[in-house]
Amino acid sequence: MQTNLMINGTQQQLELDPRTTLLDALRHHLGLTGTKKGCDHGQCGACTVMVNGRRINSCLTLACMHDEDEVTTIEGIGQPDNLSALQKAFVSEDGFQCGYCTPGQICSATAMLEEVKNGWPSHVTDDLDGQADLSTEEISERMSGNLCRCSAYPNIVEAIRKAAGEGA
Amino acid sequence: MRPFEYIRAQNPNDATQSAADGAIIIAGGTNLLDLMKLEVMAPDALIDINHLELNQIEETENGGLRIGALVTNSELANDIRVRRNWPVLSRALLAGASGQLRNKATTGGNLLQRTRCLYFYDRAMACNKREPGSGCAAREGFNRILAVLGTSEHCIATHPSDMAVAMRALGAEVETLKEGGTTRRLDLDELYLLPGDRPDRETVLEPGELITAVVLPAPVEGRQTYRKVRDRASYAFALVSVAGILKIEDGRITRADLAFGGLAPKPWRDTQVEAILVGNRPTEELFEQAADQLLAEAQGLGDNDFKLPLARRTLVSVLTELTQEARI
Ligand SMILES: Cc1cc2nc3c(=O)[nH]c(=O)nc-3n(C[C@H](O)[C@H](O)[C@H](O)COP(=O)(O)OP(=O)(O)OC[C@H]3O[C@@H](n4cnc5c(N)ncnc54)[C@H](O)[C@@H]3O)c2cc1C
Ligand code: FES
Ligand code: FES
Repeated sequence: MQTNLMINGTQQQLELDPRTTLLDALRHHLGLTGTKKGCDHGQCGACTVMVNGRRINSCLTLACMHDEDEVTTIEGIGQPDNLSALQKAFVSEDGFQCGYCTPGQICSATAMLEEVKNGWPSHVTDDLDGQADLSTEEISERMSGNLCRCSAYPNIVEAIRKAAGEGA
Repeated sequence: MRPFEYIRAQNPNDATQSAADGAIIIAGGTNLLDLMKLEVMAPDALIDINHLELNQIEETENGGLRIGALVTNSELANDIRVRRNWPVLSRALLAGASGQLRNKATTGGNLLQRTRCLYFYDRAMACNKREPGSGCAAREGFNRILAVLGTSEHCIATHPSDMAVAMRALGAEVETLKEGGTTRRLDLDELYLLPGDRPDRETVLEPGELITAVVLPAPVEGRQTYRKVRDRASYAFALVSVAGILKIEDGRITRADLAFGGLAPKPWRDTQVEAILVGNRPTEELFEQAADQLLAEAQGLGDNDFKLPLARRTLVSVLTELTQEARI
């Protein structure tokens, strides 16, 4: 069936089997292979993209359910000669080893920092009515939907903290 | 995944009509698509309800809240009214799944998510819920995560939702729309069925019946908390969870609304536990009596025996936390 997606600012018209997940549409139909498939079951976060500004797992949603939606993938966040603050920080803080989880980490962290700015609390926020800080505990909790098989977690947390500090 | 027809509902009656004709409702899809990939669920048609206007959170006349079925778990957890007046619900939502999943998961879908029992997920194994009459491989199998209350010889699956546990403690009701346009309201005790000899039937909803909203009663006084015990600190289902709302006046407990997750096929509430607490001074002895009552009928099957002492300690700890000020 026909599905229109606004991907990284470009309108894309796709003819898809309804079974196609948003993840497979990106990778197999549009060649946007920055978004990774880890588990295909919502358990690892490698497939994280932003839809209408919110981070989601692209493996657990159908492309046809997103007709006319705006999708941002890692390719839309930055390019080699034009890295986002988070991408730069992942490089400078050594926030990856094999790099497989990294696009998902960066998409997730990009949206997560917006959530914090908008005052969203997390499971570890003491005061539901207050503003959360970016402690290690807060970053870890908010990023728990992104697993890293190489366990680069300490440097991922540092990279996010650094990028957040520079953005502020 | 098996092929299916994809239909987009234009209005609620569309949705109930298609669903009555056999299509399966898809909201966030975070549970349904997972199960469809494994062919544990294999619908011939999906009816997508995401374009219906069921995404509002509105105040009701008596000071409660009506939460549209499509409100996402993130939106609900972050709503400032919920954070201030029904904090146990925010807490339960924030303890569930991950940031990405909460952005997609909906209120209606969360209530109707299926069990995480490994034997339900594994099509090579016997499961009365997936395939009625095939038996239950979990009873003699790896049943560490499974239920100790409300089970039957046919099924020991738990209901996995955190949100529903908080809603059960809060006395929330679901509003539904049936094919033909009739509506009804059910509290969560009425909504969910115990497995008995038909574990494939999980709720009283009829074919085609759409959840349109969840209604929270007006806020109550007292302290609220949600305690979740799990295998890792985040992004894991509850082994045991407790939603508690407790009020103390003149040194005595005057309200104790308690619901439990991870223990039973539905969010569990036992008014006899609450009756033991209400009217009495908060002491550790009293809390132990409440735990005795909660677990009077509980039965482990080996791997999940640990849930009995774990539920006891979690309940006592939650009651201690909620009554701390009154006891110093
Ligand atoms: C890795 C992982 C970890 C998770 N961890 C947790 C956790 O810790 N705690 C927790 O509580 N949950 C957890 N979840 C589950 C998650 O909360 C559910 O998948 C989600 O809430 C389901 O909502 P949905 O809108 O995506 O439902 P869908 O998948 O769209 O639907 C689920 C079911 O509900 C039915 N349905 C949906 N909406 C309606 C409606 N309005 N009326 C009638 N029927 C309807 C569908 O037909 C389907 O059968 C986890 C999920 C994953 C994948
Ligand atoms: S590939 Fe989507 S969460 Fe793992
Ligand atoms: S860097 Fe290898 S999985 Fe994260």
